[in-house]
Amino acid sequence: MDKSEKFALGLSGLLLITFFVAILYASVAKNIQVPTCITDVEPFTTDTLFQVGEDEYELHMIARMWAFQPSTVTLPAGSTLHMYVTSQDIIHGFKIENKNVNLMAVPNSINYMSVTFDEPGEYFFACHEFCGAAHHAMAGRIHITEDDEVEATGGDL
Amino acid sequence: MNQYVMKIDKSSQYLMAVLLIIPMIMLVIGVYGGLMQTLFRAGIVQSDPFMGPDYYKGLTMHGVLNAIVFTTFFAVAFGNAVIPYALKMAMNMTWAWVSGILMLFGSLMAGIMIYIGEATVLYTFYPPMKAHPLFYIGLTLLVVGSWIGFFNWIPMYLRWRKENPGRKIPLSVVGIFVTFIVWLIATSAVAFEILFMLLPWSMGLVDEINVMLARTLFWFFGHPLVYFWLLPAYVMYYSYMSELAGGKLYSDGAGRLVFYLFIIFSIPVGTHHQYMDPSIGAEWKLLHGFFTFAVTLPSLITAFTLAASLEYAGRKRGGKGLFGWMFKLPYFEKDRWLFSYLITGLIIFIFGGISGIVNASYQMNTAVHNTAWVPGHFHLTVAGPVLLAFMGMSLYLLGKYLNKEVKMKGLSLSVPYIWMIGVFIFSWGMMRGGLIGMPRRTNTGPTYANPDSVLFQPEWISYIDISVVGGVIMTLSILIYAVVFFATVFSKKREGEPELTFPVSEAYHNEEVSWLRNFKPWIIVAIILIVIAYTPVILDVLGSTYGGSPRFDPNNPIPY
Repeated sequence: MDKSEKFALGLSGLLLITFFVAILYASVAKNIQVPTCITDVEPFTTDTLFQVGEDEYELHMIARMWAFQPSTVTLPAGSTLHMYVTSQDIIHGFKIENKNVNLMAVPNSINYMSVTFDEPGEYFFACHEFCGAAHHAMAGRIHITEDDEVEATGGDL
Repeated sequence: MNQYVMKIDKSSQYLMAVLLIIPMIMLVIGVYGGLMQTLFRAGIVQSDPFMGPDYYKGLTMHGVLNAIVFTTFFAVAFGNAVIPYALKMAMNMTWAWVSGILMLFGSLMAGIMIYIGEATVLYTFYPPMKAHPLFYIGLTLLVVGSWIGFFNWIPMYLRWRKENPGRKIPLSVVGIFVTFIVWLIATSAVAFEILFMLLPWSMGLVDEINVMLARTLFWFFGHPLVYFWLLPAYVMYYSYMSELAGGKLYSDGAGRLVFYLFIIFSIPVGTHHQYMDPSIGAEWKLLHGFFTFAVTLPSLITAFTLAASLEYAGRKRGGKGLFGWMFKLPYFEKDRWLFSYLITGLIIFIFGGISGIVNASYQMNTAVHNTAWVPGHFHLTVAGPVLLAFMGMSLYLLGKYLNKEVKMKGLSLSVPYIWMIGVFIFSWGMMRGGLIGMPRRTNTGPTYANPDSVLFQPEWISYIDISVVGGVIMTLSILIYAVVFFATVFSKKREGEPELTFPVSEAYHNEEVSWLRNFKPWIIVAIILIVIAYTPVILDVLGSTYGGSPRFDPNNPIPY
């Protein structure tokens, strides 16, 4: 190995280590996580939304061919939403626009992510895993209202 | 440099013709599908005259034919040429034919099932969406055929080692063997998934399937699959490109190290496709992310070694100054047309590689997973360096084996450049749309791209349209290529017997590295890493999923 090769190899290694440290930093210091293995939640077959604390809500969402239940969720600004997602039939998934929420909905398995909505507005999400004939019509919205007196609701589109 | 010349016998000639021409027809059909998909998504067409109104049927055809069938055929065909040539040894043609016929039979079976609408499950065929059992059997035959192709080379390699004690194995042989070692380990998981899970379930012998387990086994295979695509292109870059450019390979040892690193790091990385999945602990996802970064290292070494090799060639051709050599390379030389297929692929791969690191970056994957960013990314890899290298080499081998002069070399020279422009436009549209949440694998035409729909997403439109422009240019490039390819097929034979030569590069640094001589230790390390990386993942999946899933038809929410 000549000098320039060693230099290039060292630089490549350094680059990758920097990237990996950045990931660890985001994970540990900034607490930005990916979904993990959930074992402490009872399997559910109906969708529910309930308040679990001040500005905190828990949502049990069911994905099915070809709708999300609920497909519209209304919450006051500043809410933190704990989302538990499963599928009642085949694999689905969604990403909430402008938010770091991206979840696969897999039957017989529960997925989880939590997200805080500070900005009022409408957050759109579309099913992003092919789920059959009407896959491209499977979508939903989260409405974040400015009025924090509004009652949190979940319903169909 | 005087290259070795190998005589080509009739049987090898016919087999090569089959292994090159039939997948090329399938590639063209698949590319047609790709064009239609961009048009579907923009709402320009609602139905395809050949495949019907089902976007997802066409998408399945596109993925299976282009990414699985074409690539697998080419890898075997390329090995069938490289191994006998580099080892200077005749190949057992009986087994080579068995391999080819199995692959052909399997591909046709899977293709027909897709065409008649019995396998609209995309090329990932995730259960509990069910395809016809013959689709799974067809894919299995394709894979088994490719295994037989590989097994056929092993005795040749062993004999060569025995007859040439102390000599270095030719670099191209190392590359091909690494390609197929990775392939063999990776496909064993998907073979398990198909034979013990999908097939009995699809035939109704068992009623339920563990979806997460099947999905995890698929990705055990799914990521190394991309190295199975990439490695034959690496063989061309390392073994042939420097010679084509008029230079030398900068370092032979670096090439060997790169190939061996792919054995150990290609496989324990699959969970980075499942970062957003349930039932897998985040800590194990992080471990797979770490290994994914490790598998980036051989590609970074490759970037240096190939750039250094090209610089050597450019300077030899009169390039001056720091960057002058870049302008002296034979980008547009008719006699070295193969070079243009390789260099364009490398340029595309810079962006493919960068976007791949984004995908692998754990929480950053949240922003891009399953969005249109992903097909944007992989069209810069599998439809970049892989496709262009495979097309270039297919044409090269076609000329040699059929004993024909490659026709319309000037036109052929334009193909990779037009493709490069097209794929950059296409991928930019897809990736940019993905970043604002546009999903992949979705027929946006009737809904999100339709102003009359309640789901209309106006911000997506421009990116969807950009992908149409890219798609049209890419298709144009493939049409030109098809004209050149088939004009060569139907042209008159050259005088004399068919002979095979490869532009094998000499190495600039060619020292002997004792620990880069043997596959075995690397395979052992690979297996250890796989056990470490996958045992906890499989245990998580088995421990946190409940129950199984019945069979679903993609057109019906009621299971059967």
